[in-house]
Amino acid sequence: MSAETPALTVAGMRKRFGALEVLKGISLIANDGDVISILGSSGSGKSTFLRCINLLETPDEGVVTVAGETIKMRSRRDGRAEPADRRQVDRIRSELGMVFQSFNLWSHLTVLENLIEAPVHVQKRPRAECVDEARALLAKVGIGDKWNYYPAHLSGGQQQRAAIARALAMRPKVMLFDEPTSALDPELVGEVLRVMRALAEEGRTMLVVTHEMGFARDVSTRVMFLHQGLVEAEGSPDKLFGGSTSERFRQFISKERG
Amino acid sequence: MDFDFIGNTFLRLVSALPLTLSVWLLSVILGAIVAGLVTWMRTSASKPLEWFARAYVGVFRGTPLLIQLFIVYYGLASLPAVRHSLFWPFLREPFNCAVLSLGLCTAGYQAEIFRGALLAVPHGAVEAARACGMSGLLMFRRVIFPIAVRHALPPYSTEMISMVKATALVSLVTLWDVMSVALKIRNDTLVTYLPLILAGAIYLVVNYAIGVAFLALERRLSPHLRPRPS
Repeated sequence: MSAETPALTVAGMRKRFGALEVLKGISLIANDGDVISILGSSGSGKSTFLRCINLLETPDEGVVTVAGETIKMRSRRDGRAEPADRRQVDRIRSELGMVFQSFNLWSHLTVLENLIEAPVHVQKRPRAECVDEARALLAKVGIGDKWNYYPAHLSGGQQQRAAIARALAMRPKVMLFDEPTSALDPELVGEVLRVMRALAEEGRTMLVVTHEMGFARDVSTRVMFLHQGLVEAEGSPDKLFGGSTSERFRQFISKERG
Repeated sequence: MDFDFIGNTFLRLVSALPLTLSVWLLSVILGAIVAGLVTWMRTSASKPLEWFARAYVGVFRGTPLLIQLFIVYYGLASLPAVRHSLFWPFLREPFNCAVLSLGLCTAGYQAEIFRGALLAVPHGAVEAARACGMSGLLMFRRVIFPIAVRHALPPYSTEMISMVKATALVSLVTLWDVMSVALKIRNDTLVTYLPLILAGAIYLVVNYAIGVAFLALERRLSPHLRPRPS
């Protein structure tokens, strides 16, 4: 992809739940290979922002563009926004790999079946090719021997690594991580972060909503700090963690470090 | 003990089993189809459809099956409009009336089983499917339905067994099912208990087989609920 076409841009995103305005106009440009950590205390809107990008929540305003293709929106009669073309949304979602806080693997399928489900049925790729690729991905996230297990038979860390592999199996242009380690026991966090760090190092474009300050500081290329639905501070991790001009951000990281 | 009489009674009862089983199978299939429609209405965004589905379940679950059966068999036949309609050749047959009323009744119960099973599908599984770009139909086929079926199986097997027992009511609309043969033998011979006990045993065996079949299906579909492989 040319340097001029960012992997993902978001412009002026707003979202309101009833009387509460959760996002008050957030913009972002992610170029290929960017790893952007999105930080913020709970209620700052960071998860909602991520979920609005692939339209798991419908933003009220804002333009999302994935690899040059803008998601077409229109207004409903009651004035709220909705996607104009469901098929386009489905296709763009398949280009954005999403990893959830609670893994959300499909319980009735084995790990391998979880990985090939969308490539075979959404992307219509040949099954044999998907299986080969899925096995390679499982080996990469360190659970190659667990391909035949059901999610319930895996630890939380293994499930989350399987979920990351499932997202990768779609060959996404951008990976979206929604607090991927928040549901894990502390001793299992490391194995998931190691996988994410490896993905960052191979140049994957990633948006990571997280509370892991170490990951944000050491792995990401950019950090975005949200506060009450607005970008309060943004920049390279060195700049922000080295002494941000934002008093709120300094307070936030001192609290997160406990 | 008169073994000849026992053997004879047993054979006569078993020869009525095909009718009992046909009423059961056809009404259960009809019920599943109607229940699918009712569940769809119940979970649809349209308020009138949702209320129709609620009313359907309320009426068919809330009134005795025997009354429903009599209304279909005697009640409809008493209406000249029905007798002159194109449904009459169908509704004239007691067998069809039995299948229709049993099917409509079980549909009310099955619709609630389906609804509960759908509600039990984890939200996260649905969200993951959407995030992968699955369209609504594909998501239903590949994620929601397979998970819901697994939730539905245990209560569904109970409903299937209830329906086998409910078929005994069709003896009251002139059908020669296992129950009516037992009553006939009892009337003719004045032997009270034996025909009833044998008929009960036949129902018991059928229901046992249904229970075992559903358990096997459940085990087959739910390897994820078994202990972890070692």
